[in-house]
Amino acid sequence: MPTTETTTVTVRIPTPLRSATDGQSTVDVEADTVDTALRTLVDRYPDLADNLYNENDELRQFVNIYVGDEDVRFGDGVHTALESGDEVSIVPSIAGG
Amino acid sequence: METTNSILNAIRQHGADAYPEEGCGFLLGTVTGKGTNRVTALHQATNRRAENRERRYELTADDYRRADAAAQEQDLDVVGIYHSHPDHPARPSETDLAEATFPGYTYVIVSVHDGTPDAVTAWTLALNRSEFRREDIVLPDPELM
Repeated sequence: MPTTETTTVTVRIPTPLRSATDGQSTVDVEADTVDTALRTLVDRYPDLADNLYNENDELRQFVNIYVGDEDVRFGDGVHTALESGDEVSIVPSIAGG
Repeated sequence: METTNSILNAIRQHGADAYPEEGCGFLLGTVTGKGTNRVTALHQATNRRAENRERRYELTADDYRRADAAAQEQDLDVVGIYHSHPDHPARPSETDLAEATFPGYTYVIVSVHDGTPDAVTAWTLALNRSEFRREDIVLPDPELM
């Protein structure tokens, strides 16, 4: 019998993006990879799209994604697999002159 | 943004201490019902640029996470970023615009001339990311903050 269990993860939303998520600081989504989690989030809250993705539909350079305390860049990137209960954080890195 | 003179003075002091390099850190606080960032605490950080720190600054994702953790301990959020402009006006540079993150953060800039802090200004990125727009700095009664 194939399993029908779903993977529910919590995405943490940085303060300025909460205006796009009805003020919520966390959003639960069903997703088994980081990419699916972010795409599901953007489908639900389309105003997030321009903040997270550039014109080539890639994550903006300053947008870092953590699963728990791990930066996915040092793992499988947006293809990182998720388990139920994982916390996915959208974390900006900041630079300027 | 809303804040206090003591916060603004702490930003000026960090700019002076970091001179001739750029000093930087995070603005902690809350968002008011009107969508204004109310800054009630700072999280000083280290300029992570490996070189040219007189003209550039950088804060890593781990720096952000540390600031976010510090904010949560105080029931606050990260609502913005500050940095200094050594011997340069307190307005966003082309690099600041090119590297800007999310609209909604308040970006505070302090100019420091010959080691002495000068103007402090606040800015927010336009939704279409085309420019920084000036934010008023409002100083309500600290007792009400």
